[in-house]
Amino acid sequence: MSVQEVLPLNGVTSGAAGQYRVDHLLVAEMVKPGSKVLDVGCGEGDLLQLLETRGIDGRGIELSREGVNRCVAKGLAVVQGDADTDLVNYPDDAFDYVILSQTLQATRQPRVVLENLLRIGRRAIVSFPNFGFWKMRLQLLIGGHMPRTENLPATWYDTANIHFCTIKDFVELCDEINVKMERSVALDLYGRPVPLNLPWWVWNMFGEQAVFLLSRGGGK
Amino acid sequence: MVGVKSVPSPAISADERSHEVDHPSSQVAHFGAEQPLRLDCGVDLTPFQIAYQTYGELNADRSNAVLICHALTGDQHVANVHPVTGKPGWWETLVGPGRPIDPKHYFIICSNVIGGCMGSTGPASINPATGKVWGLDFPVITIPDMVRAQAMLIDRLGIETLFAVVGGSMGGMQVLQWTAAYPARVFSALAIACSTRHSAQNIAFHELGRQAVMADPDWHGGGYADRGIHPHRGLAVARMAAHITYLSDAALHRKFGRRMQDRDLPTFSFDADFQVESYLRYQGSSFVERFDANSYLYLTRAMDYFDIAADHGGVLAKAFAGIKTRFCVVSFTSDWLFPTSESRALVHALNASSARVSFAEIETDRGHDAFLLDVPEFFDISRAFLQSAGKARGLTGRKDG
Repeated sequence: MSVQEVLPLNGVTSGAAGQYRVDHLLVAEMVKPGSKVLDVGCGEGDLLQLLETRGIDGRGIELSREGVNRCVAKGLAVVQGDADTDLVNYPDDAFDYVILSQTLQATRQPRVVLENLLRIGRRAIVSFPNFGFWKMRLQLLIGGHMPRTENLPATWYDTANIHFCTIKDFVELCDEINVKMERSVALDLYGRPVPLNLPWWVWNMFGEQAVFLLSRGGGK
Repeated sequence: MVGVKSVPSPAISADERSHEVDHPSSQVAHFGAEQPLRLDCGVDLTPFQIAYQTYGELNADRSNAVLICHALTGDQHVANVHPVTGKPGWWETLVGPGRPIDPKHYFIICSNVIGGCMGSTGPASINPATGKVWGLDFPVITIPDMVRAQAMLIDRLGIETLFAVVGGSMGGMQVLQWTAAYPARVFSALAIACSTRHSAQNIAFHELGRQAVMADPDWHGGGYADRGIHPHRGLAVARMAAHITYLSDAALHRKFGRRMQDRDLPTFSFDADFQVESYLRYQGSSFVERFDANSYLYLTRAMDYFDIAADHGGVLAKAFAGIKTRFCVVSFTSDWLFPTSESRALVHALNASSARVSFAEIETDRGHDAFLLDVPEFFDISRAFLQSAGKARGLTGRKDG
């Protein structure tokens, strides 16, 4: 499997697909065209721009001033803000989807953030690096040091990522707070989706990152 | 004896200034008895006039009009040589050919606010009932009054919806008032270095300025015009105090430090030994050449009264409920007059209203004044915001350089 399997994506030609991150393409594919989306931790707005090409009304929050200003200079509706403190200002059901892309592990209160995502949005799309990935495990087991990868090059003492989790941990949190997993995709080292028919532990072992489409669970 | 030099008398006479008050070298819209201006204080102001400048051309479907709202001491001469001072327009960094707000693409309107002194009716105008200058008989006006008058001007120009309303400081307050009062008439709003309400500290500074004007014996209870004089000393002091609030400690230090003015040693007097003193005196004396003292009282008062939330049951988000306007809010890190926290409160309220909002805080040490200066990041953001809004508005054939 390859990136191409995520395609075709309306508004994105296969030639242009290369300029987008695989997880962004996956996220974009999960969002219904014409919907209203909030991207929490939108960085420099790459995902928002991708969503815009698909006719999606996208808004963003970004912590870093440089990131925000670059987004605004691209004409994107982005505000400076913190996922931990500023989500409370948004009303219930304000968005069709709230996206948290590669940011969950950098929040102070991932559980509260996740609850807020599904309060503000009818659905949430969350992607994060999987700390259960075999290379991570190997670094700790054999190397005896905190794992560092190409995507997560920071050392333990200067990383912004303070709440790493594994796919298994995340699934447990979703159960704990009654969040329904509508779709889940794990991407391996080469950005290829790990086949769906394999058991969880394989995902947890071979998924370098995971993307989840979530909605509010019933009852409870 | 200790040498003392007070603020010099203005080089431009009161006559030159007062001529612009009633006979501005701008276009003027007159509103007669059939169209009074309903003021918040309960008075119907009639007749009244609005002086305004326009740049560029209105397109066929009247969708490219941009209203620029000026700040406290600004006027309608946003992008042309000032008729009194001979200086370039006050916002030529943002407005003009090749600038983010380019007359090639937009029909740009800038009007003097009600209560001003550059051709729109204000305390320096002649009261038609008495044939004398209004002075303190002029009713107290508010930011909503200014915007109500602008809306009447926009009606007169045959424009239903403004493509953008843009302004900084008091101009930004007008931008926000436009969106709160006429949300359907504002397609996009660029609100810079402003707030939805005037803070206690800002009211305090304004009171200082007003007291300086009133303490000048030439003020005569506001009746100086009848005596052919102007309380230029008091007004200059007000301007000097206000000007400090427009800058920052870092900017003053960088610009002047403790450097001496045309001398190496202190003169042991109260002369302007320091460059910063000389600069402030210059700011004060050049201001009084073009500004009316009573007008300064009225406009500062209007800013003090401004509080959008108070007009909406104390809940700011209610002012913007369901609004479709696209917002861009900009603040500057060293602005302590309208600090970023004020903009953030506005952005939170807009988020709570699910409004489409961009918010950028720009790093600069130049204080509140940064919005009038050459700050490239601010221009990039303004340009991109308007371009993106233009695309959504269907403004075509726009190719900015």
